[in-house]
This record gives sequence, structure tokens and C-alpha cells, in this order.
Amino acid sequence: MTTQALHRIQVHINGTPTTRTVEPRRHLVDFLREDCGLKGSHLGCEHGVCGACTVRLDGEIVRGCLVLAVQADGRRVDTVETATPSPRLRALQDAFIARNALQCGYCTPGMLLAALDLVEQRPGADRETVRAGISGNYCRCTGYQAIVDAVCDVLALQRAGHFEPMPQGVA
Amino acid sequence: MNSPRDLPFLKDAPPAAGLDPVTDDACHIGASRPRTGVRRLTEGRGQFVDDIELPRMVHVVFWRSPVAHARIVRIDSSAVREREGVVGVFTGHDVARLCKPWVATLAHLAGIKSAPEYALALDRAHWQGEPVVAIAAETRVQAEDALQHLIVEWDELPAVLDTETALDAGTPVIHPELGDNLCFERTLDTGGVDDAFAGADAVFEDTYVFGRHTGVTLEPRCQIADWRPGRAVADGHLTVYHSQQAPHMMQDLYCRQFTLAEAQVRVICRDVGGSFGIKVHAYPDDFATVAVSMLLGRPVKFVADRLESFTSDIHAREHRITARIAASANGDIAAFEIDDLTGIGPFSMFPRTSGIEGNQVVNLTGGPYKHKHYRAALKVVFQNKVPTCQYRGVGHPIACAVTEALVDGVARQLGIDPFEMRLRNVIPDDAYPATGASGIKLEVLSHEACLRRARALCNYDALRADQATLRAKGVYRGIGIATLIELTNPSAAFYGVGGARIASQDGATLRLEPSGVVTVLSSVGEQGQGTEAIYTQIAADAVGVALEHVRVITGDTDTTPYGGGTWASRGAGIGGEAVLLAGLVLRENILKTAAVILKRDRGEGADAGLRLRSGTVVDAATGEVLLPLAELGRIAYFRSDTLPKGFTPELMVTRHYAQRDYPFIFTNGVQVSHVEVDVDTGFVKLLGHWAVEDCGRVINPMLVDEQIRGAIVQGIGGALFEECLYNEQGGLANGSLADYLVPMAAEMPDIVVAHVQTPTQSSKLGAKGAGEAGTAGAPAAVMNAINDALAPFGARVASQPITPEKILRALGRL
Repeated sequence: MTTQALHRIQVHINGTPTTRTVEPRRHLVDFLREDCGLKGSHLGCEHGVCGACTVRLDGEIVRGCLVLAVQADGRRVDTVETATPSPRLRALQDAFIARNALQCGYCTPGMLLAALDLVEQRPGADRETVRAGISGNYCRCTGYQAIVDAVCDVLALQRAGHFEPMPQGVA
Repeated sequence: MNSPRDLPFLKDAPPAAGLDPVTDDACHIGASRPRTGVRRLTEGRGQFVDDIELPRMVHVVFWRSPVAHARIVRIDSSAVREREGVVGVFTGHDVARLCKPWVATLAHLAGIKSAPEYALALDRAHWQGEPVVAIAAETRVQAEDALQHLIVEWDELPAVLDTETALDAGTPVIHPELGDNLCFERTLDTGGVDDAFAGADAVFEDTYVFGRHTGVTLEPRCQIADWRPGRAVADGHLTVYHSQQAPHMMQDLYCRQFTLAEAQVRVICRDVGGSFGIKVHAYPDDFATVAVSMLLGRPVKFVADRLESFTSDIHAREHRITARIAASANGDIAAFEIDDLTGIGPFSMFPRTSGIEGNQVVNLTGGPYKHKHYRAALKVVFQNKVPTCQYRGVGHPIACAVTEALVDGVARQLGIDPFEMRLRNVIPDDAYPATGASGIKLEVLSHEACLRRARALCNYDALRADQATLRAKGVYRGIGIATLIELTNPSAAFYGVGGARIASQDGATLRLEPSGVVTVLSSVGEQGQGTEAIYTQIAADAVGVALEHVRVITGDTDTTPYGGGTWASRGAGIGGEAVLLAGLVLRENILKTAAVILKRDRGEGADAGLRLRSGTVVDAATGEVLLPLAELGRIAYFRSDTLPKGFTPELMVTRHYAQRDYPFIFTNGVQVSHVEVDVDTGFVKLLGHWAVEDCGRVINPMLVDEQIRGAIVQGIGGALFEECLYNEQGGLANGSLADYLVPMAAEMPDIVVAHVQTPTQSSKLGAKGAGEAGTAGAPAAVMNAINDALAPFGARVASQPITPEKILRALGRL
């Protein structure tokens, strides 16, 4: 592998326009961690299985190890470090702590973003759907049950009207 | 809407009732409390090793043997050195000038042998994945790019892979100087075994196979070694940021292998992304990274990628056990016999050795039961695969699966219900202390109480009725029961007596800050279990302050007391006891200081009629608030001029604790698994899982419960999914998370956890360990459940992981 020509990209990261030059082969998660200093997205397997590097690209969750930084050019990237967590993300963070849904915490940033996507996209999800919905994210410490409990708590809060409705057309 | 902090699920639960309180103001010990200090982990503000950047830091990658066994003929690094960013290329000979080789044996494992192992292989590589060449560059990308330009020539040597033939005369000997491929062997015979089998009404025998699996910590092994050169080596200083469970052990090993003094070595463990025993060993690349830092005089970071994790993290298991059980017609177990053959890779792992798992299988098989006759034979052999060593459960999952499969097998022959069979044979709850047939000393267990509780909890009779109804409709469900014991709170009998410099004691320092906050420094660290959280609870109760006024510092050999760290389920029982003891003395010292300040040190009795409640000194009789701790701290630290001459407040207390009453404090429990087997596809659906656990005093039920669930899921992983598969040449065939199956949320059932609490009398706290029992019992419960489902076909499985293919073969459908 030889060093490749650098590309200049501009990415809105957690609401802040960020301009950097990157090699085309640079993965989004390496770009975030090493070029932008955002260490919250973690590397577990580097081939799209474990979900520890899950981030949001224009509102949709992606694997940071399967997306190239240049693909994020001109787009919006949100990570767990977001300075303005949505009420749903805040509630998930609280519920994860309250339910002991994290142990070592290494999977937690990715798990939270996957859970947030599920809460937003599938408000009627039952326990089984939650289990299926987070099955793209490995946790090796918990038995997943506390995570399922935490996500179900926030789904229940959402159904009880604790959050503003999701804006139309916005993921 | 409500503020998130007002959400209903954040309300505190009261402490659980049932046991006598440990302290005179028990508020938190025994109560489910959310962990303090973990919000940062939900906000991406953790500090895992790979998150740390140091000035002038470089990155090391390793060229690892691509084959199982090879003689290294030539290493040509000239092209590598010309690559951009490369700052050094080092071979085994370069590193061996700094780092001594090691031989991992223990004196109490009589006869165990191994060969010298080097940080980087010298002239021969012994397994696919052994590090051979280190390349350091300014960035990880540059190091990985440069690695592609390394030229290594090797001659492939015949690989020893099959444990069954490892000791055959025609098999090459991996370390010729050892004479054979035998690492360790042990036999145990109580006598009377042959007579017991000859006189038995029923004998059940089978051969059990346990594949290799590994820990798969989601954060790979990683470290930063930072050598600050001195004029002489004796002036240099090494700091290692390490994702590790035993920082003092690593400090000691770095001292010994590099000939340094303790004062020269500091090991820091911040956030650790999962450990499970994987991160309690000393790996060749740990030492190689330190050596590269010394050779370059710069900080060096090593982070394994996932393939490296699969080919260099320790593996575990790989046992083949022929076993049998003898019982009388009325169901009394007379004897167990096992013959265990296990493969451990080419070296015994440093420093705990690879003889322990097999040794535990010998010690633990038949452990819950009151039979008197037992015979065991163990052979531990070398092979050219990844070294195996202690991983969560260490021998327990194997011993438990074999024991419980035998109990089920003979019970089925005799037509006895499996719950009844166990209740009949377990060592009764009123018979302790007791000694098991293998010689293990059992302080106090509660098998009968746990069996009864488990039977009620899973609604056993309803499950059986449901099973019968569905069988008639061609649906095959099974119920599997496992009774288990788990060794926890180890004394020095585990490692210290064998010569290993691994502390069995741990220490805690508690310091009252001027503000009234209590700082706890503990030698046991945090890898996610909630160690720091339970120490917060213990310290709060022991001293008498609010939870939010306690902070815990761990994971730094420069600042914490000296101790063993995290292994063998000892964090709560050993480290927690030290916190309790130190906290009780600190409370006394605070009250003495308060008595002096309040001039109540005459005439009010030994305690001066004072109590400490929620951070305030109060009058014991009236409850009147007399002195907040912040005021006491102000006077003690800043106005010593106002205190009587001859009185010095001692507001920092250290206590250590080692469990010395028994070699280990055993815990016990019962697990029940409920499964449905699709007899056309061989797929297993887990319908339910129940665990009743007696880990003594439970300090935080919410944390213990999910830790047990996590351990059960890891046990289920080994029972059904996880296996390191090798091809015929000794190459790992599934070294990625896409190919190696780890349990996912959708496949796992909800797991119901309940407790029987029988505190150990060996400590004031009464806590036993809880971290591994889930892994110990789950493979047994699941295998028994599957075999219960297959019983109508006269089929059974005895090889883990129990894949659909193995089930279909057992059914004769493949």
C-alpha cells in the first residue's frame, strides 16, 4: 500500500463544520478518532460486525469502520460525544446507568446510538424487537438483558409522551 | 417533560433485608445502586489505552508467524527501514538483549515443565500468531504499511496439533530439551473406586469434548510503554499504560524480566474494555513493546487488531474427558472417575501457568456431591496452537458440564427426576464445613436451599407438563439442571505457595479530605464489574458518609496499596473486605478527633457518646447534630493549633486483607435451562434460563445480577457457538468476528436471577465472589437441556460447542 493523494473534506461533526485533508482509504472512525480527537467511537473488530464504532451519518447509523471519511464529505456526522444530546439520547444514557446496562463501557457509545435509532424509528418496538434491533452490536460484559430493559424503559417513556414528537422527515 | 434526572427508574431502592448489617449505620451495602462515575462512559469520555496520546509516541506492529511451526531462516528489513515514518525494526535477538526469557511453572504443580519463551521468537516460531518482528513507526498506518515490505523466509516444521497423538512416539517433540510433549500430569485416587463401580446398580459413561474458545474482549489487548532513559539503566523509569487486571503483577514482571527496581516501574490501568481473564496474563508482545520503548527511548503504543487478538490472546478449554459415574438403584452416587486430556499450545503461559485449568477440572469434578470415591487422571500436552490459560471460569465449566451430564445420565437410567437426584446427593446444607472427595475444603454451601429455590423459580412442574404436551405434538423441549460450585476469594494457596509473585492479599487506603469527602485507594481495579461502585457503597457505610461523598481511585501502582488485582472472583470478597476494615478504623479515628474537638473525650465512654451519620458527627443519645465532617476536616487539617498537644488526627487509614481460613471460599448455585430443539434443522432455541446463586452477602444486587447474566451468556457462547477452529496445518480458520460466533442479544433468553445468601465467616463483610459462576454452570445446564429434549430419540450430544450439525449427527440425520 502506498500513500495516496490527500482529499480535502468538510464534515459537520456534532454540529461543528470541520475541514481536514485525508487519504481516500481513511475510514470514518479512524478519521474521527485520530484526525478529530473524538475517542468516543471505539474499534472492536474493524470489519463491521461488532458495532462499537457506530455513528450517525446524515441521521442514519453506519459502521465507522465500513465507511470512508471521504464519503462523509459535505455530510453530517454525529457521535456519542455530541454536545447537544437529544432528549431521547439523554434518557437512554440515564437509563443505561440506572439499569446497569453498561459494564466496561467499550460497546456503550455504539450501543447507545443503535438504541437511539431504534427508539426513533420503531417507537412500538416490544422486547423481542429490541433484542433483534440491537443484535448488530456486541456486548461481552452484560447478558444484554439490562440493555434491553433500559431501551424498553425509554420506549415506554416515549409512548407516555415524555418527548416531543420526532419532526416529520427527520431521522 | 420531566428532566431526565427525575425519571422514575432513577429512584433509589432500599437495602435488601435478611442479613444482619455489617456496620452500625447500614444504608448502602446490600442495596441496588446505580454505579457512580460511569456517566462519562455513556458520553464517549472514557479513557481506554488507545484513547491516550503521548508526546513523541510511536506505534508498534508485529510480524507474526503465519504458520503453526517454522524455523526462521532469514529476516530482511531493509525495505521496511526506508518506509516513511519507520523509526525501528527489531527482531527477537534485539529484544532478548534487554528482556530475559521466562519459563512458566509453579512449584505446587509437581512436575510441570515448559520451555524458555522469548518476547519475540528467536529462531523458531511455535504457533501461528507468535510475534517475531516488531516494526515501529510514527503512525499506526505507516507501521502497517511498512509491515508489508518485510521479507521473512522460513522453513515450515511439522506441527503438533492433535492432543490425542501429542505423546505418541512418532510425534515430533516441540521442545526437544523437555524430552516429550507433556507439560503436566496429575492423578488423584481416593481408593475404593473399582469396588464402587463393580458394585453399582447403574453406571453411566461418556466422552466429553470441549472445543477451544477465547475471551473476545471488545477492547483488544493494548498498552503504551513509556521508557524514560537515565544515564544508566538504574536511572531510567518505565511507565506502562495497560489494559490489564493485575497492575502490581505486571510491575513485578517488568522488574524481573528487564532487571529493574519497583521504584522504576509504574503500571497504570485506566478504563479496561473487558477482561474476563484474557488480560491477567503476561504476553510476549507486552514485553516486546516495553523493549521497543527502551530501544527507541520513546513512548510506544501497541493495540492488537481483531485477527491478532484471535491468534495471540490466550485461548481456553480444549479438553477431551472420558468420564463415568456409579450409582445405586435408589440413586445414591457412589463414585466418579474422569480421564482428562487437554492441549495448551507450545508454552505454559506466564506467570500463572497453563496447568491450572486441568488441575481445576480434577479438583472440581463431582464437587457438589457427597460420594466418597473418586479417581482422576490429567494429562496436559503441548501443541502448536495459541497458548491456552485461565479464562473466566477456569476449569469450572468443564468440570460442571461433565459432572452434571453424568448425574443426568445415570438418573435417566434409574428413572429418577434430575432435581430429586441432585437433592438426594448434594452435600447437605447442615453438613458444613465439609471436604469433597477430591479433597477440596468447603466452608459453607447451600445446595439444598438453592435447588428448592430454583425448582420453584422456574416453575419446574409446569415446564415438565408443557414438555409432555408438546412432545405429543412433535415439539421437543428440554429442561437442564446444573448444580455448581465455584472457587472464590483465593488464599495464597492458588499461586503464592507455588512461587508466583502474585499477591493474594489486597489493600485499601481511606482518606478523609478536608471537605468531608472520603477518598478510597484500592489495589483492586475496575474492568466493568462495578468494583469501584461497591467499594463506594462499602466505604460510605463503613465511615458513615453519603455515596456521593466517596470517590475511588484504582489502577496505579504508584498510588494504590499493593495487591493482587482482579482474578478468581476476589474483588468483592478480598478487596471489599480491605475497604470495610479501613473504613471502620477511619470512622473510629474521626470520632476520636470529634471527641477532642468537642471536648467530649472524658467521661462519655469509649466512643464519647458520638456517632457518625451521613457525614455528620451526632450525639448518640439524642441524635443532635454536633459537627459536620467538613468542619472536622477544616479543624484537623488547618487549625491543628487548636488541638491539644499530643493529639494528632489520623484521618488516613490503610488496611489489608488476605483470606487465610481456607484455600478458597467456595460458592454454589443452581442453573436451569429451558430449550427447544428443532430436530429437523438441529437448531436450539433458548426459551428461558434461571440462576440461583449463593455468593454470600450481596453488596449490590443489580450489579451482581447482570454480571451473572453476562457470565451465563459467555458460558452459553462456549456451549453453543464459540470455537477457535484450526485447519490441518494448524492455521486458525475463523479469526474474525464474522466467523467466530459471539452471542447476540436476539439469541439470548431473559435470565432470571435469585439469591440465597450464606455469608462466609472468613471475613467481616461475608462476601464471596460472583463473577464466574454463571460461566461455570451455563454449559452444563444447556447441554443437559438439549439432551433432555433429545431423550425421546435415544440421542445425546457430548461435544461443545453443540452445533446444529452435532445435534443432527446425534439424531442420525446426517
